[in-house]
Amino acid sequence: MKKASVMDIPDVPKGQLPPHLELQRTRVLCGSDAPTHSEGIQYSGAYASMGIDNSLRLDDFCNKFRVEIIQLTEDEMEFDMIGIDASVANAFRRILIAEIPTMAIEKILMVNNTSVIADDVLSHRIGLIPLDVDPRLFEYLSGNDSPNERNTIVFKLHVSCKKSGPRITVKSDQLKWLPNGSELEMASPNPSAKPKSYTSFTCSQDSLPEFSNKPIGLKHEDIIVAKLGPGQEIELEAHAIKGLGKTHAKWSPVATAWYRMLPEVVLLEDVEGELAEELVKKCPVNVFEDIEDLATGKKKAVVANPRACTLCRECIRGEGWEERVAVRRVKDHFIFKIESTGALPPEVLFSEAVKVLEDKCDRVISELS
Amino acid sequence: MEHGSITDVRSSTFSLMDEDHTLANSVRFTLNQDPRVEFCGYSIPHPSENRVNIRVQTTGDPAKEVFKDALQNLLVMSQHVRTTFDRAVQDYRAQPHNTIGSDGRL
Repeated sequence: MKKASVMDIPDVPKGQLPPHLELQRTRVLCGSDAPTHSEGIQYSGAYASMGIDNSLRLDDFCNKFRVEIIQLTEDEMEFDMIGIDASVANAFRRILIAEIPTMAIEKILMVNNTSVIADDVLSHRIGLIPLDVDPRLFEYLSGNDSPNERNTIVFKLHVSCKKSGPRITVKSDQLKWLPNGSELEMASPNPSAKPKSYTSFTCSQDSLPEFSNKPIGLKHEDIIVAKLGPGQEIELEAHAIKGLGKTHAKWSPVATAWYRMLPEVVLLEDVEGELAEELVKKCPVNVFEDIEDLATGKKKAVVANPRACTLCRECIRGEGWEERVAVRRVKDHFIFKIESTGALPPEVLFSEAVKVLEDKCDRVISELS
Repeated sequence: MEHGSITDVRSSTFSLMDEDHTLANSVRFTLNQDPRVEFCGYSIPHPSENRVNIRVQTTGDPAKEVFKDALQNLLVMSQHVRTTFDRAVQDYRAQPHNTIGSDGRL
């Protein structure tokens, strides 16, 4: 009898998962009732009984990982991150929202406010105005530090509405940068002592090389801060400091950062004729197209633009459609979108986010050793 | 801070201050990818306390070393992501039609 190797028997896997398991491992299947297989299979020994290693080796990751930039403008970017687990992609997203420092107005010294907006509401509104300044040039202001030119930016707002004039709208461009620090004097019990201001700048910020060419300003000049009626006035000073989005959203460097998994739409069988036309009509975002099949002269549906798919699952609604069309998501392909508030460009924000994660790893490694 | 036993180094709980899902979930991923890990998981004992507990049980190696390797792997992964990303941005800018963005900057 001829000797046969066990490896030649067809049902023994040869270092490869059977197709249905591979599909469950790499795709989220979006059925008409619910998505299934949505969890990632992370455990290295998940397929050990089949002789398949599910562990990710670093060099493998490095070979397979790709980034494709789809769109990049001053404040927005969209890119594809391919070959990474959701946990790491999500870490980047979380860091972008909450753990990259920016400068934001934290303290308001209210001198006069006779407008209809209460002091606290006005202060809150001013705090949310995005500043156009690189936070990496500043230090944190810690509890016992005095505000100086390295950790504080001071703005002044002084507007009044003439008694006889029309109502005026106060916009963010009325906030004027004070490179020399606070102009207000602290009340002192000793009248003969030299008056102290609320900041102790050793030099003017516009004499610093970082700001001499690019004065500190606001990202948007047309944000409405308040409205003043005749005879009303607002006079205040605003102090901006460095902070993190997890303390307050005003320090978040992004309007939002989000990702979605790449949609995959597959026609399980040929969809022709009237069915093809029906399928094209069913989809609200025009994922499908019907093309004339030259050989038969019949119309045939093709998946033209799967990326536009919102997974509304309209296409698999109704009798028989789930057997014709499969809607899936690719588990390791992320369409990442960053919308910056303007302090830093989006591509710098992402690099900074990755650096923050590196620092976290470094910190814990050094704590353990 | 590590909570383990002196006689059995194969399992430990690591309690990290000032960390959250961001690090814990990513490290859990890299730990899970390590064949030496028998079990791992993390929990946040109380939502208003900035602390995560990461549990590592191994098939024989010291849990601390395995945990450190997982962190090191995550670090190398991040570095690779950053270089790949920066190169992708450079390549995108190098393409002539991308030199001027829709807003006229870039």
